[in-house]
Amino acid sequence: MSNATKIQGGVHQTQKHDSAHKHVSGQAEYIDDINEPSGLLHAYLGLSEIANGKITSMDFSAVEAEDDVIGVLTAADIKGENDISPTGKKDDPVFAENIDFHGQPIFAVVAKTRDAARRAAKLAKIEYETASHVTDVADAIAQDYPLVTEPLTLQRGDAPKALEAAEYRINGQMRIGGQDHFYLEGHIAMAIPGEDDDVLVYSSTQHPSEVQHMVGHILDIPSHAITVNVRRMGGGFGGKETQSNLFAAVAALAAKKYNQAVKIRPDRDDDMIATGKRHDFLVDYDVGYENDGKITALDATFAARCGNSADLSGPVTDRALFHADNCYYFPDVTLKSKPYKTNTVSNTAFRGFGGPQGMLGGERVIEEIAYALGKDPLEIRKANFYGETSRNITPYHQEINDNIIGQIVEQLETSSDYQARRKAIIEFNKNKGIIRKGIALTPVKFGISFTATWYNQAGALVHIYNDGSIHLNHGGTEMGQGLNTKVAQVLADEFQVDLSRIKITATNTGKVPNTSATAASSGSDLNGMAAANAAHQIKERLIKFACETHNVTEDEIAFITNKVQIGNKKISFDEFVHSAYMARVQLSAAGFYKTPDIHWDREAGKGRPFYYFAYGASVSEVSIDTLTGEYQIDRADILHDVGKSLNPAIDIGQIEGGFVQGMGWLTTEELWWDDAGRLRTHAPSTYKIPLASDRPRIFNVSLADWSENREMTIRRSKAVGEPPFMLANSVLEALSMAVASERDYEICPRLDAPATPERVLLAVEKLKGG
Amino acid sequence: MAETKDHIKFVLNDEAISLSDFPSGLTLLDYIRLTKSLKGTKEGCAEGDCGACTVLVGRLTDEGISYETVNSCIRFMGSLNASHIVTVEHLKSEDGALHPVQQAMVSQHGSQCGFCTPGFVMSLYALWMTTPNPTNMQIERALQGNLCRCTGYEPIIKAAIEVSNSADPVHDKLNIERANMIKQLSAMRNDQRIEIHHMDDLVIIPKNVADLAHARGEYPNSTIVAGSTDVGLWVTKHMHDISPTIFINHLSELHQIDVQTDGVQIGACVSYTDMQSFISKHFPQMEAFWNRIGGEQVRNMGTVGGNIANGSPIGDTPPALIALGATVTLTSKDGRRTLPLKDFFIEYGKQDRAEGDFVESVYIPFIESDELFAVYKISKRRDEDISALCCAIKMTIENDVMTNVSIAFGGMAGTPMHAIKTEEMLEGKPWAIETIRNAKTGIDLDFSPLTDWRASKEYRALAAKNLLERFYIEMTDGLSASQLDREAICEAAQ
Repeated sequence: MSNATKIQGGVHQTQKHDSAHKHVSGQAEYIDDINEPSGLLHAYLGLSEIANGKITSMDFSAVEAEDDVIGVLTAADIKGENDISPTGKKDDPVFAENIDFHGQPIFAVVAKTRDAARRAAKLAKIEYETASHVTDVADAIAQDYPLVTEPLTLQRGDAPKALEAAEYRINGQMRIGGQDHFYLEGHIAMAIPGEDDDVLVYSSTQHPSEVQHMVGHILDIPSHAITVNVRRMGGGFGGKETQSNLFAAVAALAAKKYNQAVKIRPDRDDDMIATGKRHDFLVDYDVGYENDGKITALDATFAARCGNSADLSGPVTDRALFHADNCYYFPDVTLKSKPYKTNTVSNTAFRGFGGPQGMLGGERVIEEIAYALGKDPLEIRKANFYGETSRNITPYHQEINDNIIGQIVEQLETSSDYQARRKAIIEFNKNKGIIRKGIALTPVKFGISFTATWYNQAGALVHIYNDGSIHLNHGGTEMGQGLNTKVAQVLADEFQVDLSRIKITATNTGKVPNTSATAASSGSDLNGMAAANAAHQIKERLIKFACETHNVTEDEIAFITNKVQIGNKKISFDEFVHSAYMARVQLSAAGFYKTPDIHWDREAGKGRPFYYFAYGASVSEVSIDTLTGEYQIDRADILHDVGKSLNPAIDIGQIEGGFVQGMGWLTTEELWWDDAGRLRTHAPSTYKIPLASDRPRIFNVSLADWSENREMTIRRSKAVGEPPFMLANSVLEALSMAVASERDYEICPRLDAPATPERVLLAVEKLKGG
Repeated sequence: MAETKDHIKFVLNDEAISLSDFPSGLTLLDYIRLTKSLKGTKEGCAEGDCGACTVLVGRLTDEGISYETVNSCIRFMGSLNASHIVTVEHLKSEDGALHPVQQAMVSQHGSQCGFCTPGFVMSLYALWMTTPNPTNMQIERALQGNLCRCTGYEPIIKAAIEVSNSADPVHDKLNIERANMIKQLSAMRNDQRIEIHHMDDLVIIPKNVADLAHARGEYPNSTIVAGSTDVGLWVTKHMHDISPTIFINHLSELHQIDVQTDGVQIGACVSYTDMQSFISKHFPQMEAFWNRIGGEQVRNMGTVGGNIANGSPIGDTPPALIALGATVTLTSKDGRRTLPLKDFFIEYGKQDRAEGDFVESVYIPFIESDELFAVYKISKRRDEDISALCCAIKMTIENDVMTNVSIAFGGMAGTPMHAIKTEEMLEGKPWAIETIRNAKTGIDLDFSPLTDWRASKEYRALAAKNLLERFYIEMTDGLSASQLDREAICEAAQ
């Protein structure tokens, strides 16, 4: 028996990702790597070749004539409802009959090999009646396109009146681009039919329960017949929250039709063409302020390119409004969302879920005021920060009572030497050389909880086997974020056993039912608590058993470093568990958790949608080339709040990765549709995510180690998945400053996102000319 | 006709394999995943742009054997005779211990979702074997062809540094086995033509260049495959039937870099990587540009010959080669002809190539000591991107007057071509910023660029004009004032 005084792998310790050794050796199994069942068939989607219109005829004779083709699936094969809309709007067919966007799935070919299915899908002859289409949100507004879902208004005070009365007033518009998830593992599903209605679905999804529901919906069978299994995803980022439904549905449909296992994996192009992305926004703002930079009123409208259906556009555009204030108090405010339909693929969840776009719009307003007053934007930011006890009511009427942004910014301003560097940069730019520099410090406040209140629940299933080994299962999914590692650390800590005793098992709807999507950064908050709850139940029984058998009181029992202390005896955990088993103590428990104290009344635009806020700030320094618009990120400094970190290495990984992904969104990642409504940036050759050489040349990342969640979250930690994404806002603003040097910072360059080299150069040119 | 063989031979990790009856379009990735069930190597994009499928291919060279990273998704089996293919499964030691590169990735938290990880491990492995103590810039260059969406790369860079400090490649399995492997692969070399028939499909691996000319004569519509960084996509993206195919990357005659008095002759199969040290020595003005062609895997596979032969308007090397006055030699069974490269590109999709021709070599005149030369590539992302536009400028300044002005652009028209009007506006004019600025109007006369997803026509025209100005400033004020300084910051951080 080990005499260590501390368990290996408990909470608040750096611990490697549970699959790291398998990742590096190629032994981590993704769905396409699973040993294939005999007779496995392969499905491949056929996509529409127009952006808007109707199908007039479909001829599959050439497809079916191919040697290895088994058959073709169309809407007519769907016994249940041809709909996979996640919010019940019935606007999202598996196979379209009316075409809403270029690349919309119409049919699927099933063949003996993937290659045969993919080739045959090109042989279908589909005829269409074409209608005019709209891909851009500005055109959608101009043509009065419909909204895909109900808009939201957040209102406090009387913004129009306050704007009239404002000392200064600016209005403007900002265009914010979308973003493809570019998870390295594309969408994939494999369905294996069973007896009765049964079907087992392997799906690369963040939301196994929804896949289960959708498959049931399509096949018209009850949920109990469907088991969805997810060991890991090769990245998700929100792109596999609802978008996996399509592939799982087609695999299950084909599997039941042909009574064979069926796998479907689109190629990268089809994955990018046929699945949703981050919403593009057009933000119109009208701000009133005083000569010290204090905002008095803001009226802003956030119009979004939602694509052909609602999908999650309602909650995404809601969250944009929830984050337009970022860290700033708006005395009188009106914020409106306009979720427009467009003839593009339906946009969906993506890390931040509308929050980044909302926040970026708000930061543009700050920038406008700063340039108008000839001040450092940081000064304007500080003047508008929420107070800790006053000026602390958000536009959705939630009182902020955990505000630490002042402390974060102050610490970062010092550690990054912001003031001196800004001074040096202004000096450098005075030479008006070809290379100009920019620096910016931007803050982040991000609200944690699903705004769909019922989603804030989670389950876990924990078994201790009679040899003392522990099986962990919970409703969250692993997409690289280290959720399984963190939850296992919580469990190790609860039982005070080494992490190596705990086996992390695949997420499975048969083990934990009715789960929520692993999204909204909620994974460890919810599932960590549910696992802890399961552990508490088992421990309670074990303690009762120990009291009875050893004739001691509860306070004489403790779980300590792979042992159990009972009175003055120490028994190994294994031995203790085995004796409990022999005494017929139940060693398994289903844990449950629901986030307390949150509520949201969407009609009224009031409530406490967020349990707490996560904070952070970053300073970015950039150089731009005023002849070509090319640029580089010279340095980034980050200070971020994860409360009391469950695992510092994993949290830093989320922060660095989130920052670079956010940087990509704001710089080189550009979605481009041609006049025919075709997305032309649909593979890494045309869609450019950051490379190693794009990351900041100097990159200093720290946790605000003094922070502790004021709420009773799992071990006082804070969610970390999404908030760091918005730390990249400082990159865009630093680029903007470098551009602004052209006219001595007297004009706000209104640099839109993504700030490609082209946009940077054209912004410089505009200032030169203007 | 001489006798032919019907199979290729290669080594996959530890296994010597003889393979017959496969089609032209069979990729290395599909072979290792589907046929050999080695699932560690992943498909991320099937176009050679993400690196998830990276494996090492060891090929015989004059010096012995060279292990290089390649994108297995666009590498065809027909190009792998007498090669040693190394996948991620080969790295662990027999007792199951992780390789030092793998261990460094674990200890630096270099993986999150893990899907790109095997590809990164292979790229880091190749770097460590060739450059055990890399600079930051060398690490970045080695990773240009690998995308990670989770980590932000920082821990992967740290892993590269850790392994350089913790282990010596001398003790690595591939180095210990090197002499044996050379022997094994040498015995696999084809001393006669290989022809592989698979239903209607035909793969030809000619014996030598003369045999290539014959094969080309027999099959004038054949697809010639050298690096397959372009042809690979015809198959994986567009599902084209490329048979009959003639694979040429093994022909040592086409790998020659022949340095002559006034210039250099480059064989059609010389890869960008093969040329790297040569470029640094003889064309230092192109060194930084060279490192921005594709990613490392693409530079290991891709050839200058292929870059010319595919006739793309946005190929990286043609503008520079045209500005330098390069010539191209086309060969067929009937003989050879040499023409200026500028004349090879006739219009979009059309080159001056007769039936049975193939590109055998390109000749590049050296830059004279009194000649000024620069090449610029403008792309959305700095590395591993296709150019929005590319520009090369060469001239001589005599008595403060510009002469022999040679300017070529890519991405501005249907083919890479000279900016003739602009050249005329500069030729014989004083070497001064005003002259250069005045000549910007020449760009509008020379080109009517298009708008596409890489750039708008306005940006292309404006950037093209500004590059003329950049050239002047750079030649008069020096690089530091006018270019983004990546290296200094990068190495200062190390």
